[in-house]
Amino acid sequence: MTISLSRREFLQVSAALGGGFVLEFFFPVASSAATGATVTEVNAWIVIHPDDRVVIRIARSEMGQGTMTALAQLVAEELDCDWAQVSTEFASPNEHIKRNRIWGSMSTGGSMGVRSSQDYVRKAGASAREMLVMAAAAQWKVPAAECMAGNGVISHLPTRRTLRYGQVAAEAARLTPPKDVKLRDPGDWKIAGHSLHRLDIPDKVLGKPVFGVDVTLPGMLHASIAQCPVFGGKVRRIEAREVLKMRGVKKVVQEADFVAVVADSWWRANEALKKLVIEWDEGGNGKAGNETIEAMLREGLAAANLPQARKLGDTQAAMEAAAKVIEAEYQSPYLNHATLEPQTCTAWFRPDGFLEVWTSTQNGEASLSAAAEAAGLPLEQVEVHKMMLGGGFGRRGGPQDFVKQGVAIAKAMQGVPVKLMWSREEDMQHGYYRPASIVRMKAGLDRQGRLIAMHTRIACPSILKVLRPDAITKEGIDFTAVRFFNDMPYAVPNQQVDYAMRNGHVPVGYWRGPGQQNAFYRECFIDELAIAAGKDPVEYRLSMLKPDDKNRSVLEAAVKAAGWGSALPPGVYRGVAVADGFGSFTAMVAEVSVSAQGEPAVQRIVVAIDSGHVVNPDTCRAQAESNVVFGLGSILYQKNNVKNGRIVESNFHDFTLPGIAEMPKVETVLVPTGGFWGGHGEPALLPLAPAVCNAVFAATGKRIRSLPVDPLDLRKS
Amino acid sequence: MLELIVNDRSHSVDVEPEMPLLWVLRDHLALPGAKYGCGIALCGACTVHVDSEPVRSCTLPVSAAVGKKIVTIEGLSQDGLHRVQQAWIDHEVPQCGYCQTGMIMSAVSLLARYPKPTDADIDAAMTNLCRCGTYARVRTAIHALAEAPATPAVKDR
Repeated sequence: MTISLSRREFLQVSAALGGGFVLEFFFPVASSAATGATVTEVNAWIVIHPDDRVVIRIARSEMGQGTMTALAQLVAEELDCDWAQVSTEFASPNEHIKRNRIWGSMSTGGSMGVRSSQDYVRKAGASAREMLVMAAAAQWKVPAAECMAGNGVISHLPTRRTLRYGQVAAEAARLTPPKDVKLRDPGDWKIAGHSLHRLDIPDKVLGKPVFGVDVTLPGMLHASIAQCPVFGGKVRRIEAREVLKMRGVKKVVQEADFVAVVADSWWRANEALKKLVIEWDEGGNGKAGNETIEAMLREGLAAANLPQARKLGDTQAAMEAAAKVIEAEYQSPYLNHATLEPQTCTAWFRPDGFLEVWTSTQNGEASLSAAAEAAGLPLEQVEVHKMMLGGGFGRRGGPQDFVKQGVAIAKAMQGVPVKLMWSREEDMQHGYYRPASIVRMKAGLDRQGRLIAMHTRIACPSILKVLRPDAITKEGIDFTAVRFFNDMPYAVPNQQVDYAMRNGHVPVGYWRGPGQQNAFYRECFIDELAIAAGKDPVEYRLSMLKPDDKNRSVLEAAVKAAGWGSALPPGVYRGVAVADGFGSFTAMVAEVSVSAQGEPAVQRIVVAIDSGHVVNPDTCRAQAESNVVFGLGSILYQKNNVKNGRIVESNFHDFTLPGIAEMPKVETVLVPTGGFWGGHGEPALLPLAPAVCNAVFAATGKRIRSLPVDPLDLRKS
Repeated sequence: MLELIVNDRSHSVDVEPEMPLLWVLRDHLALPGAKYGCGIALCGACTVHVDSEPVRSCTLPVSAAVGKKIVTIEGLSQDGLHRVQQAWIDHEVPQCGYCQTGMIMSAVSLLARYPKPTDADIDAAMTNLCRCGTYARVRTAIHALAEAPATPAVKDR
């Protein structure tokens, strides 16, 4: 198959526009197409140029986690091409629809990018390799079994003839793909499994325009947006007359739930928006605040007949028989994703009725659906160009609010392309926040201090209620709200987990490692139990983990690498935590000091991860480092308060991101045991808060049960 | 009309004198390497050089940059890669990359002032915020540059 029609169409239209960087970026095939050389799509994932360049199509998004390069490595490994010839392009969501979703899932979240597509992308690579071999064998009129492929060259062994992939790609593409292909043993990997340089980095250090906010089209205008500060509110009335006189301002777009100013530069649009008189209908949520939300969650904790996310044994009877009963309540606040690139979407209604959208999205297909819905167009008449994300962390997947808005604004501009970018203030106050939650845990210990019963009550807003209501069980369980309790690895004979879904008006969403608050609660509480039992926190955990549990082996690996029990510098203390999630097993030892002013400083983190297989070790280590800093902000500083129905924080002065001085030493120990595929984007976040807070307890004797840490609580008195 | 010298080229721009330099660069001069992150000079994604000093361009009125030598990431190197950019590739520093153009501009300034910076120098100068958490590699890359001879590194790609 040669380049598909829709792609050619796009190239023609774009050429009429004078082209531009966007084309270079998304369509590396364009240059060859323009020179008349035949570019061959061997299969949906692999395009080969006559000069042997290989373009690997990537269906998932790239937000710095390295999935783009890792997937290319897996395809290239099986294709057995020359890695130096490999580049990537994002698969087109429009073609995806027209070709019956040929690229599988485009969703990029849950640390799934590699693990949930590794099988079919590797098979695509292997299948293409076999087809190239068959094509060469046919040309030589020899049995394919006498030929072998390697490093982009097919060799006929008996005659020592060779052909390059680029020479036979066109013939190969006409062949019927093999039914079954054998995948390489990861032990034999030459391209996958190695720390190759990420393919997206050179453009990023050069400052090339690769992000959603960098899109530029001829005649493009810029938009800044305001939504009702109170979630759920609507626009009642605006006074636009004065603003429309401001320099560069082209239009004020009023929709039911937002107002946008369109101007010839973003600054002009945003200045005008600040001066625009907007009267909001705040709806019924204008009085909600931290107190009403806490009261809502506490009502849930006290409610009778809650649905049970786990029931093992007889918790009540075991609790009554216990030698010691320990109870604790933990909580954590709403948190914004704070992607450094604010939400953005560029949309253009072409003269021929086709809609093109450029956006930083974690799910190209979801963006396509959102754009089509907002435009009132069939999916086939919309294209989404996936740009690099300036951070995602879950914000740009499920909710496609920014795409719907960008399309609505462009629709009002009748054929003029418009780039919408949110201000930081808008981004901070209109997120899909990590849910605030309160959890009560009650444990029964026997005379030896063993945990024989655990009863957990969770009050937490439901992410699924907002983003995927169909995924809530008929009993009313949202798995993202109960995980780490309903799947706790510790061998505790009597367990009960109750879930109170209390939703409130603040939109909630997948925030990196959704449910990770529960890992904080559980692993700190286990620490409390170990201390109550007079046991070492590591020994206490190991005593409850089965011999073949990978939670045990990662815990042992982390403890060994950290030198658990060895001497530490004065004032430095250790804490430990273990958690499995997103397909991987993770354990961590944190070394922390606490200043006289009560400020914790994380000195060193040792994290062990078993993800089964590792495609790019360096990228996996980078993700562990990333999770440490991301989580550190939530431990030390971050909280989104709610007052008068709105989020109080507005920018980085009151929602603090850690800086370089707070970055601890991170040592990542990769201990892949094979046989399964786990993720890396989120797992290292899971044990961070409990490991750090357990170390803070070791340092101060004070137990942190609410995040972020308040230094006043830890100050030496 | 305001006269600006950006990356050794003169530009006449017809904009409000109070428009921040960032938006003149991004929306009027087609130089989108400097990024908007906060608009209040906190995150540093907008860092460019003005007369060799690192400046948060999101709050600097363009009028204050008239007649001065402005350098953006696009003009950092005349021949491909500046050695700091090369070090960023060698040490696999960026993740999403959004903050990194500003981070690189700050690092270039730091190394110009202190060719062998201490960790404390790095902490004081590298105030750019990174949501992905690339700080450890930023530090490693800067230290590596301090150790390396001040000639462009060999490209390995």
